[in-house]
Parts: sequence; C-alpha cells; structure tokens
Amino acid sequence: MKKTINILIALIMAAGLVSCNNGGDQKSKKGGQGGLATNAAERVYVAPGEHDEFYGFMSGGFSGQLGVYGLPSGRLLKVLPVFSQNPENGWGYSEETKPMLNTSYGFVPWDDSHHPDISQTNGVLDGRWIFINGNNTPRIARIGLKSFKTEEIIEIPNSAGNHSSSFITENTEYVVAGTRFSVPVPQKDMSINEYKGNFKGALTFINVDQETGRMGIKFQLMMPGFNYDLSHPGRDKSHGWFFFTTYNTEEAHSLLEVNASQNDKDFIAAVNWKVIEEYVNNGGGTKVPANYAHNILDEHTHTATSTMLKEVLTVNPMDVPGAVYFLPTPKSPHGCDVDPTGEYIIGNGKLSADLTVHSFTKMLDAIENKKFDGEAYGIPILNFEDILAGVVKQPGLGPLHTEFDGNGNAYTTFFISSEVVKWKVGTWEVLDRQPVFYSVGHGMIPGGNSRKPFGKYFVALNKITKDRYLPTGPELTQSAQLFDITGDKMELLLDFPTIGEPHYAAAIPAELVAPNSTKIFKLAENKHKYAVLQDSDVRVERDGKDVHIYMNMIRSHFNPDNIEGVKVGDKVYFHITNHEQDFDVPHGFAVIGANNAELLIMPGATETLLWEPKQVGVWPFYCTDFCSALHQEMQGYIRVSPADSNIELSWSLGED
Amino acid sequence: MKKAGIIMIIGSLLLLGLFKFPLWNIMLGAPQYPDPLGMDIYIEGIQGVEEFDIQNIDGLNHYIGMKTIPKVEDMWEFSVFPKVIGAMVALGVLIGILGFLGKVSYKWFLGWFVLMSVLGILGMYDFNLWLIDYGTDLDPKAIMKLENLDGTPMTYKPPLLGYQKMLNFDVDSWPGTGAYMIFVGMILTVVAFFVGKKEYKKSKA
Repeated sequence: MKKTINILIALIMAAGLVSCNNGGDQKSKKGGQGGLATNAAERVYVAPGEHDEFYGFMSGGFSGQLGVYGLPSGRLLKVLPVFSQNPENGWGYSEETKPMLNTSYGFVPWDDSHHPDISQTNGVLDGRWIFINGNNTPRIARIGLKSFKTEEIIEIPNSAGNHSSSFITENTEYVVAGTRFSVPVPQKDMSINEYKGNFKGALTFINVDQETGRMGIKFQLMMPGFNYDLSHPGRDKSHGWFFFTTYNTEEAHSLLEVNASQNDKDFIAAVNWKVIEEYVNNGGGTKVPANYAHNILDEHTHTATSTMLKEVLTVNPMDVPGAVYFLPTPKSPHGCDVDPTGEYIIGNGKLSADLTVHSFTKMLDAIENKKFDGEAYGIPILNFEDILAGVVKQPGLGPLHTEFDGNGNAYTTFFISSEVVKWKVGTWEVLDRQPVFYSVGHGMIPGGNSRKPFGKYFVALNKITKDRYLPTGPELTQSAQLFDITGDKMELLLDFPTIGEPHYAAAIPAELVAPNSTKIFKLAENKHKYAVLQDSDVRVERDGKDVHIYMNMIRSHFNPDNIEGVKVGDKVYFHITNHEQDFDVPHGFAVIGANNAELLIMPGATETLLWEPKQVGVWPFYCTDFCSALHQEMQGYIRVSPADSNIELSWSLGED
Repeated sequence: MKKAGIIMIIGSLLLLGLFKFPLWNIMLGAPQYPDPLGMDIYIEGIQGVEEFDIQNIDGLNHYIGMKTIPKVEDMWEFSVFPKVIGAMVALGVLIGILGFLGKVSYKWFLGWFVLMSVLGILGMYDFNLWLIDYGTDLDPKAIMKLENLDGTPMTYKPPLLGYQKMLNFDVDSWPGTGAYMIFVGMILTVVAFFVGKKEYKKSKA
C-alpha cells in the first residue's frame, strides 16, 4: 500500500516536471495570468547582492519625474526629480535648484513627462545622457547618467503640449520637441474660431554639445496647424530625416474626438533636417523675438542658473525646397517608429484597422520623380501607394507604438484590444500576440529606439491595473509588464507597479552606465559661492534682515550646532556643505517650521535652505538621513529672538 | 669578486623601491564597506589606498577615540627613515663597487646585511610601538568605550602582520611592494656574500 502511494507521488511529481518543461509552450492560452511562463520567477529573480542586467528608465508621466528600475527584477531603484518639485531631497525647493524650474511663466513646479530617450553614438546607445520632455509647459530636460541628476532644462517657445519629443538623432546631434497643439505664433489675443490657417505647429530642433551635453535651439520649423503627435528619427540609411505623425489635419478646434477624426488619412511629416541645417548654417531662417528659459545645473557650484533667452530662429518649410514632405497615413496615426535599418517607417493609425508601413527607399524615389498627390500649405504630399512598403492586416484594435528586437521582428502595442502583437518586418505576417493587463500605451525594448536593440525583453507600459494588485482606493498604480522575447513566442515574466504614469521608457545594459556612476562630489572641486570647505570658515553673517549661516556637516554633527541672534522676520539661509567623501553618505537637513522641504546634501556638495522664523523660541534642526550610529545626535538649535531684540549673532560647536 | 660586487650593488639598489612603493598595507573591511578602506604606509608618509580612505578611516576611528592618522610632519620617522634608507643604499653600492674592484673583502657584504637587519628590526619595533600607541592611547571622551570580556578596556591595535577581526572590521596588515623589494634586495646581498666567498676561494686556488 505504502509502495503504491510512493509510486503515485512519484508519478504526480514527474507529471509536474513535465508540465513545467512544457509550460513555455502553453503560454498563449487565454487565462487570468495570460499564460505566465512557469519558471518566470527564476528568470526575473536577481539574488540578494546581485545586480540587474539593465537600467530601465520609465517616465513618471504626470508625476513629472523619471523612475529608474532594474530589469528584469522590476525593482524601483530611484526616482529622479526632473520637472516636479521633490521634497524628499529638496529638488525645486533648495535655493540652488529653484532656478531649474524657472520658465517664461515663472516658477513651474510640475510637468507631465513622457518620452525618455538615451543618447547615442553611431546609432548605438552610449549611456552619456537621457533626455525627457515636459508636455505641459514645453521643456526638454537632460539628465546626466554619471550623477543621475537633471543637469539642464530648456524651455521651448512657440510650442504647446510638447509631445512629439524628446527623440534624438543617431549621434545625438539633435533632440526634437514637436508641438502637439498648434498655437498662434507669436501668441496673441485672437478668436479661437480663426484657428484654421492661422495657428502654427513648431517642430523644434535642439542641438547638443557633444562634450558638455549643453542644449541650444538650432531652429524651429514652423509647420501648418496640425497636431504633431509623435516622432522618430531616421537611422542608418534614413539618418538625416525625422518623421512626425500628425492628427487633426482637418484643423478642427472644437470637439476634436469627432472633428479631428474625419479624414481617412492624416500625414507623417518627413523632415530632412540635414537640408534645413545647411540652410540655417548658410544664414537662412528668420530670427524672431521669443522668451524662454535655459536652466543649467553646474556640477562644481552645485548651483543652477536660469537665463532667459530672447530670440529663436524659425524656418518656414516653404523657404527650403526639398526639406519637408507629407506621407499620407491612415488614420490619426499616433506612434511613428522607424526600424533599426532605417528603411521602414511605421505609422500606427490608432483608428485604422491595419498597420501602415512606408518604405524610405520608395519615399526617396517618389520624391525624386516628383510623384506628388497635391500639397498642403505648399508642402508636397506623396502618393500613398507609391511609398507603401506593406500593411500588417488586422493585427488588432488601436495600434499605438512599435519597437524592434534587432532580429527583424516588430512588436506593436494595441491599446483597445490590450495586447502586444509580434510581426515580421518585410512579410508583415503576424507571428504572435499576447494579452497585457491592461490598456497598454508604449512598449519598450532596451535599445529599441536605436540601430542596435538589445532584444531580450519587451516591457509593456500599461495605463490600468484593475484586478492586478491589492486595491488602494479608487486610485490604483499603473504598471509595467516584462516579456521575454528571446523565443518564437513572447513570454510574460513579471508585472510590477510604477510611479506616476509609465508613459514611455528607455533601457540600457547596466554595464554601459554603472561603472561611470559618480560616488561622491570632490570637496576640493566644490566651487559653490557659499561652500564652507574648512571648519575655520564656519560663520553666521547678517545682511539687513538676511542671515547667512555658513555651516558644514559630517558624521555625526553640524558645525555650528548652536546659533543665536536670529530674529523673527529674518530670512535665514542655511548654506550647508557636506564634508563626507564617502560613497552613499548624504546627510539631510530639516528645521522645524520650514515652509519648503528638507535638504539632502550629497558628499562634497553644498545646498541652501531658506527658513523664515515666525515664532520666538529655541528651535531644533536635525539630520534626516540615517547616517551613522550617532545619527540621532546629529542635531542643533537655533534661537529666535523678538524682532526688536539686540542679541548679537553667535554660534558654537562642542562647548560645554 | 666582480659578480659578487654586481649582485651587491643590485641588492642595495632594490631598497630604492621604498621611495616609490609602500612598505606596508593595512586594509579595513566591514559589512558597510564592501570596498575596504585601506592605508599604504610609505617611509615618507601614509596614504590612503583610495583618495579619501584616510579621511574616512579617521571619521570612523573618532567613535572609539583613536587619534587621526599621522601626517608627515607628525612623525619623526617620516623624515629619518628616508635618510637611513638612502644612506644604506649608498653604503651598499659603495661596498659593492669596492668589492667589484677587489678593494674590500666579501665579508663586508654580510656586514651590510647584518646592519640592515638590525635597522629593519628596529624599524619594525618602532612601527609596532606606533601601532600600540595608536590603538591604545584613546581619547577619554571617546563616544564608544568598549571592554573586553574580562573587563579591561578594549584596544584597537592593528596586527603587525596578518589578519585580525576588530569589532565589525576585518583588518589585514601585510607587507607592501616596497617590503618585498627590500626582502629580495637583502637576500641578494647574502647571495653576494656567498658568491664573493666562492670567487675569493677560486682566486686563492
């Protein structure tokens, strides 16, 4: 009897093993888990102390930030503040970082960040910088991938809804910022009814200094008043061109969901930026008055400066023959994607039943032979049939975006039917489809935006999670889903929650970034105006109602730790320098009643917090970042006297 | 004694390595220091293995009341040792040349070796004294006052040679490149002695 049971158990176990081995083949079956690969946990498991293979940078969407995740584990490593204030570390609250959020509208502490893109050299990811757009108050930010800090933000004038950005050319020559909303240029008080023919869509080309990464607007192409939705640089053979999808070629200005969806075809605007660049270098274009902020964080002063620029060079496409063409594309195309060879331009018509793929070669041929099908605002429209490379027939509902694996396969996300569809570039044959949970927007393959994708994983960036996680009230997390795409069929391995909206993402092999990561800022290179590099320079100075406290900090004390002589109504500036020169030892600074945030000061850096005491008393300040065994003792007091008191400024450390 | 003289000269010159390479190395690793902190001890001063190691070691040591790592001007050794080594190199080379020319006996080679050994032992003794002082003369206001199981105050003298666990730190103390160069150099002077002896006997025969 016992023996029989043992045999039975053995049989069951063997069956279990077999089913484990076959698990991968069963994944396409419908079901709540979408056929999760059976050994998925193993394949995303990164053991304690081990590192992930890829950095995944996922936009924070309406959080205005950029999330850094490890792939394949899906672990959140860091939230990088970009366009939104971040009280966690004082970004946008400290005196040094406030200028980063300056714009022509004044201080704008929030944005809607959508499309991160990593810098490239020869069409291959190089890990120097990552760029991301702010939609609402049009801006482009550059984040250095050594310090993982937002180092620069440039505002885009004449633009609104900076959506078709921040995509970059294959040597990081340009970052583009295309406007989703056309607006009057220059802005003026006019009737919205006069939209048609009067509003303009600016496509902004920002050049990037290859040494410093510094950005500057090279030119703005002033296009007809359509909505410029997404964009993609040409690469390899199509390097030198940039493609922008449009919708609302109807130029409607009201109830766009109906009125902008009437035309059977909208356009992909093909822009030959090399031709325009040459035109501009030869003195072409018109300088027009503008007002936009250019904000730079200096790594040695640890301080941002904001400069208002007053002029921008605009280019009328009519003035540069051969620079811009329209490729008719069904229907309200959203994503605009170019395959790694640069030959195929995929227009994902979100209201179309099919996927339209244009051929770059055919496009050039049609241009050469002047096979035009009319024009729009003087811009030649090419003939749809002449440039068509192929159609992926009825792949799903609501195609949005396409990425490539580097092996000739494309992966398109379908918002309405909530799925990812894998198809073959060239044959247009659907190879596989997998459900996603739910309402996928962009998908991302590491390097999928380059000539050399690292086609191991596909990440679906989903808008809705409904039943996927424990409910957290009416507001649920959004999520990313990781697929293994090394086999014939995609295999779902993991889904993980993300900050804000994971709108789009970019990923890069960790080995291209991790070895360069900054460990400390050298104190000796700290050129901050208010830095205290030596203990002997610690002091407190009064300038009218402004009190400047020059302080430093090291485990486990502030110097000075007792300050007297401050009065109600003063503006107290704590300028604090972290004297640590040890990796991963920032110190925090918080003072009671501060109306802004804390500071989190990196080793070797200086930051300033403004504190305006309103009440008489003796008020504590302390370190917020658990720094050592004596972290709790890392504190001090500041005495606040009545406004009319005549107590002299004094400060001390370590006196009994 | 040509061959012996040359070996003697090479052996003495190897001591010059001390001006370039560390004599000793002490590494301090701990769970929160996966990349250990380290100091290289040169005859002319102490340097961190990485740029900020000394500052970070001092930062840690202040919890238990240890003095900061001495700067060049804080220890007479750092001005005297280079002179002693320089003198010994000069002396060794001189003896070597004289031996090469047959002006002095091969026994001088051994004499140099014995003198150098005595100086070396004195140096190690001095180094150990410094380690003892550094590890036991603690600030009475130290933040952490730890005792051994028998109730005596804990001391923090790093090992003169080898490995020791000290609180949360793994301490390794080993000779550096410079020490190996002296070692090889001194062996060579002994070799010079024997080669010289052989050459002397051959010339007699």
